[in-house]
Amino acid sequence: MASSLTLRAGLLSLLIFAAFIGAWQWATLPTAGVAGNVDPEYAALVSGAAAQGAKSAFPTPADVAATLWGHLKDPFYVRGANDQGVGIQLAYSLGRVIVGYLLAAAVAIPLGFLIGMSPLTYRALDPFIQILKPISPLAWMPLALYTIKDSGISAIFVIFICSLWPMLINTAFGVASVRKEWLNVAATLEVGAFRKAFLVILPAAAPTIMTGMRISIGIAWLVIVAAEMLVGGTGIGYFVWNEWNNLSIGNIITAILLIGLVGMALDLALARAARLVAYRE
Amino acid sequence: MTEKPLISIEALARRYPKRGGGETTVFEDLWLPIQKGEFVCLIGHSGCGKTTILNVLAGLDQPSSGSVIVDGREISGPSLDRAVIFQGHSLLPWMTVLGNIAFAVSSRRPEWSRETVRAHCQRYVDLVHLSGSEHKKPSELSGGMKQRVGIARALAIEPKMLLMDEPFSALDALTRGSLQEEARRICRETGQTVFMITHDIDEAMLLADRIVLMTNGPQAEIVENPLPRDRLAASMHRHADYYPLRNHLLEFLVTRSKSFASEIEGRPYDPRKPAVVRPCAVAEDKVPAAASV
Ligand SMILES: Nc1ncnc2c1ncn2[C@@H]1O[C@H](COP(=O)(O)OP(=O)(O)O)[C@@H](O)[C@H]1O
Ligand SMILES: [Mg+2]
Repeated sequence: MASSLTLRAGLLSLLIFAAFIGAWQWATLPTAGVAGNVDPEYAALVSGAAAQGAKSAFPTPADVAATLWGHLKDPFYVRGANDQGVGIQLAYSLGRVIVGYLLAAAVAIPLGFLIGMSPLTYRALDPFIQILKPISPLAWMPLALYTIKDSGISAIFVIFICSLWPMLINTAFGVASVRKEWLNVAATLEVGAFRKAFLVILPAAAPTIMTGMRISIGIAWLVIVAAEMLVGGTGIGYFVWNEWNNLSIGNIITAILLIGLVGMALDLALARAARLVAYRE
Repeated sequence: MTEKPLISIEALARRYPKRGGGETTVFEDLWLPIQKGEFVCLIGHSGCGKTTILNVLAGLDQPSSGSVIVDGREISGPSLDRAVIFQGHSLLPWMTVLGNIAFAVSSRRPEWSRETVRAHCQRYVDLVHLSGSEHKKPSELSGGMKQRVGIARALAIEPKMLLMDEPFSALDALTRGSLQEEARRICRETGQTVFMITHDIDEAMLLADRIVLMTNGPQAEIVENPLPRDRLAASMHRHADYYPLRNHLLEFLVTRSKSFASEIEGRPYDPRKPAVVRPCAVAEDKVPAAASV
């Protein structure tokens, strides 16, 4: 039965979560006896308590929960350039991702449409796409910083570049592989080019295009963290890097958790949108 | 039949380039006039080029030579004057039943208002007995219902001619039977000119006024249907001409289609005027070859 399967899966998830927390708790138990084994240089870096061996340097689940609660209670505070709430940092990152992603969609979908409609351009542009696609978006960063000079816009450019390819390739593929019968229907009805593009080809290719958009948003969210670590200033990537410099593991874990949650939310939103344009043959 | 035909197929040929050079000829030197209001069926073995002919008539495929004249003008591409009912139903799956038909109607009549289009579509939905399913998507319909939508879509644009490629072959016998009757009723009521491909002899006997028998060679024979015009599937087998016609068709497809080339060898064969036959119960059943058309 489906409902009992859902129930059992939920129980298993809880069990796995509990086991994970348990293992984490166990691993971070105070290790009183091994004080002498701590590397003094490391001890100087981390807190005094850890150095004395009374407490592990790695936060316990309870520590992280407290940190997380602290952040969630007041996510939007601003105390100077280097101390802003995690909500604000996430908003910066999201803003960059959305701007870069929308710019990429605005270029990739019309361009992919044209490429998909014309076998000539499909073939002519294919080598360029194949070479540009596997380049790590971060490799563009120096070039972007050199030409654009502004670090925020450079990050947006990197998002643009990495979101472009999946949308471009999927749009071109979806448009090129619209069923011949549907095009024949449009042809025998003497449907004009615009009506054909918007009422036949676009809906037919929409599920494939949406798949590309979903892949792109996933990649963009992966890349933004790395990009912000490089350019600094604001954003959740910068936050993680900054907390690493502060050696605040609790904050880093909190940020990691939030990055995962936001990524999941983005993916879910696009999955929803994909369901709107899906059709059954 | 001296009246000018609605459609005239003249010296039509289609060849495909063969792999490794040369060409294969699917058909050549095909001549066939179709009168207005006539129901013509094309029967032939699979692979003899039936779909190719239909695609050329529809304007979806170009002939290698020859031409198709509609209303005195050579066709140059697809036209709303020639509606096609495809072998697969080929409905657009993201549109509803009404949406599919309305898409066709608003292509034909861009000046019509939304309400006019809707009312017009509804008439054809009712005509094919799909009232109540207007807002269903094709994936929610049975095979027979999808085919009906295809018929409604083709008829709704009020074409000069209807082209059908084995429209009922994918259906079960029961659905096929009722759809055939409906197609016959609608075409007779509207005086529709129809060119239909089939490989079903009984279907051709029920629907067609003339049956074109195609061989794998370039030759063809035309059979006039001797059965009364108000025939019904349920009772037409009781007519005296039923078996002569059926046997003639069957014999052609089973044996004569292979030996047709040698059969007409030596005799003057004019591809412009293929033999016309009218199989009847009476002994004198054959109209002299090349007598009419
Ligand atoms: N694109 C093509 N290239 C080469 N040969 C083709 C092509 N399309 C059809 N043919 C050939 O033309 C012949 C007729 O095909 P078709 O018209 O589909 O037959 P059918 O009478 O079964 O509808 C077949 O022998 C097929 O192999
Ligand atoms: Mg065929």
